[in-house]
Amino acid sequence: MHPVRKKRMLTIIIIVTILGMAVGLIMYALQQNINLFYSPSQIAQGDVPINTNIRAGGMVVAGSVARDLATLSVSFLVTDFQHQVRIQYKGILPDLFREGQGIVAQGKLNRNGVFEAFQVLAKHDEKYMPPEVTEALKNAKVGASQGDVSVQSTY
Amino acid sequence: MFPEIGHFSLILSLFFAFFLAVVPLIGYWAGNRFLLEAARPLTFLMSFWVFLGFMILSFAFLSDDFSVLYVSQNSNSQLPIWYKFSAVWGGHEGSLLLWALILSAWSSAVAFKVRTLPEDTGPVVLAILGVVSTGFLSFLIFTSSPFVRLLPDTPVDGGDLNPLLQDFGLIVHPPMLYMGYVGFSVAFAFAIAALITGNLNASWARWARPWTAFSWAFLTLGITLGSWWAYYELGWGGWWFWDPVENASFMPWLAGTALLHSLAVTEKRGVFKSWTVLLAIFTFSLSLLGTFLVRSGVLTSVHAFASDPTRGIFILALLILLVGGSLLLYAVRAGQVRSNVSFGATGREAWLLLNNILLTVLTLTVLLGTLYPLIFDALGLGKISVGAPYFNSVFTPIALLLMVFMAVGPLSKWHNTKLKVLLVSCLVSLFLAVFVSGVLVYLYEFTVLAWLSLAVVFWVVCLSFTDWFNKVSAGTKGIIPRARQLPRNYYGMLLAHLGMAVTLVGILLVSVNSKESMLRMSPGDKANIAGYEFQFDGLSHVKGPNYIADKGQFIAYKNGHQVAVLHPEKRLFNARQQVMTEAALDAGFTRDLYVSLGEKLEGDAWGVRIYVKSFVRWIWLGGLMMMAGGLLAALDKRYRRKAGV
Repeated sequence: MHPVRKKRMLTIIIIVTILGMAVGLIMYALQQNINLFYSPSQIAQGDVPINTNIRAGGMVVAGSVARDLATLSVSFLVTDFQHQVRIQYKGILPDLFREGQGIVAQGKLNRNGVFEAFQVLAKHDEKYMPPEVTEALKNAKVGASQGDVSVQSTY
Repeated sequence: MFPEIGHFSLILSLFFAFFLAVVPLIGYWAGNRFLLEAARPLTFLMSFWVFLGFMILSFAFLSDDFSVLYVSQNSNSQLPIWYKFSAVWGGHEGSLLLWALILSAWSSAVAFKVRTLPEDTGPVVLAILGVVSTGFLSFLIFTSSPFVRLLPDTPVDGGDLNPLLQDFGLIVHPPMLYMGYVGFSVAFAFAIAALITGNLNASWARWARPWTAFSWAFLTLGITLGSWWAYYELGWGGWWFWDPVENASFMPWLAGTALLHSLAVTEKRGVFKSWTVLLAIFTFSLSLLGTFLVRSGVLTSVHAFASDPTRGIFILALLILLVGGSLLLYAVRAGQVRSNVSFGATGREAWLLLNNILLTVLTLTVLLGTLYPLIFDALGLGKISVGAPYFNSVFTPIALLLMVFMAVGPLSKWHNTKLKVLLVSCLVSLFLAVFVSGVLVYLYEFTVLAWLSLAVVFWVVCLSFTDWFNKVSAGTKGIIPRARQLPRNYYGMLLAHLGMAVTLVGILLVSVNSKESMLRMSPGDKANIAGYEFQFDGLSHVKGPNYIADKGQFIAYKNGHQVAVLHPEKRLFNARQQVMTEAALDAGFTRDLYVSLGEKLEGDAWGVRIYVKSFVRWIWLGGLMMMAGGLLAALDKRYRRKAGV
């Protein structure tokens, strides 16, 4: 082969190899690390995979926060004003975690329908509402007004 | 009265920016010297009015003028004075104004130096900067003016600056970050000017290099400061979260690093020309994309502050216009700048090509991970987030590979290297690296990845010193005179590469060797973590200028000796009624002790985070070394010569 062509071939082979490796890595990593968001209604309707990493969120129900007396375990309910889900967490909750505040948690749903979180997120800014939660609330409201008119949404 | 003047001066600056964008270009095409030379004064006029606007906004903050909406949202009469000043860029409008200010500062810097450029290139560069300024100033004025007034219902006091931003790190982090971000606009302007004038030779790369190196150094410092701030201020001791907003600053850094290296090849060897131009466009586009991601709130992020969709659309349009326009220009003109010099498969060009491929791939993986949720959502597949594990598992192997080659590149010679010479140094270093890291891993029982990373660190250090030693020991003069003769550029590179290794040590050890625990503690309780005993003494109430706080006292002992007294705080800010964690740190060269108060539980018990973080300072030490390396490279004597000499 002509030396210039040979070099070009070599360059192209290297680029293709690296890109191939990167794409492989990306596909593999994305498969395992995509966390879909589910609203409390979706969880209540049972269309949520069990024991898979997902995110769930909603408004923290007032008066639902229960702490263990000896450890850092805590559990609370989140709601989209249609359905509620219990979230269990062991650790320290963020500063902006408060009853009535929108939060997003990351973890797995167990067989009993309890969400076991390994991370609870509330945001930097107290005026800020996680977009997923805003949308979940909106969808829940739309679903309610179409399906069952007698259910009053509470917000 | 003053806010109106401020608004008016911004409008004037937009006016001059527009003329700066148009007049020199007309002059270029019409061949009119007078119009070309107008670029310089127009740049200074534009910069002056932006500066005045910024000063007036600062004055409004310092004088507590709550009739200005932006001031009333982001400041408070009780706020300490230095935070009143930094509150100027604490919100959306002000940080855009800071963007515009820094852009005009870079433009003026180019205008000062413009005489060293060829007569027709300089004004075109300034005109391109004018185009960018026009875009940003109109964005500022039409969608987010910081001078909107609340009249006649002036509030008595302001809503206060977000407590998280009331911190030294946040006084310096945004300006440094923006200096870097925006600085890449200069490289971008150079690239576009080269496409327009068709004037792309080795001296083009020599002008662009110091500017790129300066911005790169600032961006490095900005990212380092941001990571340091997140570590001590967010209260849970993480130093990097792969958050979309962090990625937004990291992508231009990766692309900028690639640009820095490909500019070196273009300057020294005249190859990779069109690729370098494309990288310059790409880097600045990523800066713009970063601004879009941060300012539009399209992504879920811990940094996402309340945002407004019309702004997102405006900046998206700006992004598409600038990026699309420059790529179109590139497509039409790039054929003319193709290089026809060849290089060998073992020459330094080849290594730098590999560097560029790997850095580009890294940038793309981060870009994909950052935008994936957006794509997913747009296709109606659901709301997802891409977690840190994605980035860790994709980024780490490619980055390690990059660092392996990073050490080899400098050893090789331009055009062609004798493979034997390279192989000998590499084999010796490889042996040393594997052996030393093997011993360390055996002693401390680390994982395989840790062993690999440590080996890479020693590999980089060995080869860097081999290279330096080869350079100073050649020839007849002594080592020290020769060492002093090596250019600053070279030392800059050496320092930056070693900084990379130092950062890797920090990242590695903090992730494999740290002890983190969350505990429930009452006054009098003790906890043993990584050989340290922490005793919780109790709490006291303290009053700050604009907050009240619970201040804990923890005493750390090692082997019965007192090592540190730590005072973590839980602050309640008066104006926003917002709670903030203030972690307490005992910083050390090889370890940090980190205590932060979580929540108050029943009785007098508290949730407490206690971490012993191994070598965490090295992460930022390496960042500072990289920054210093970038500055050294930018200040190399060669760049001060006039063009064509």
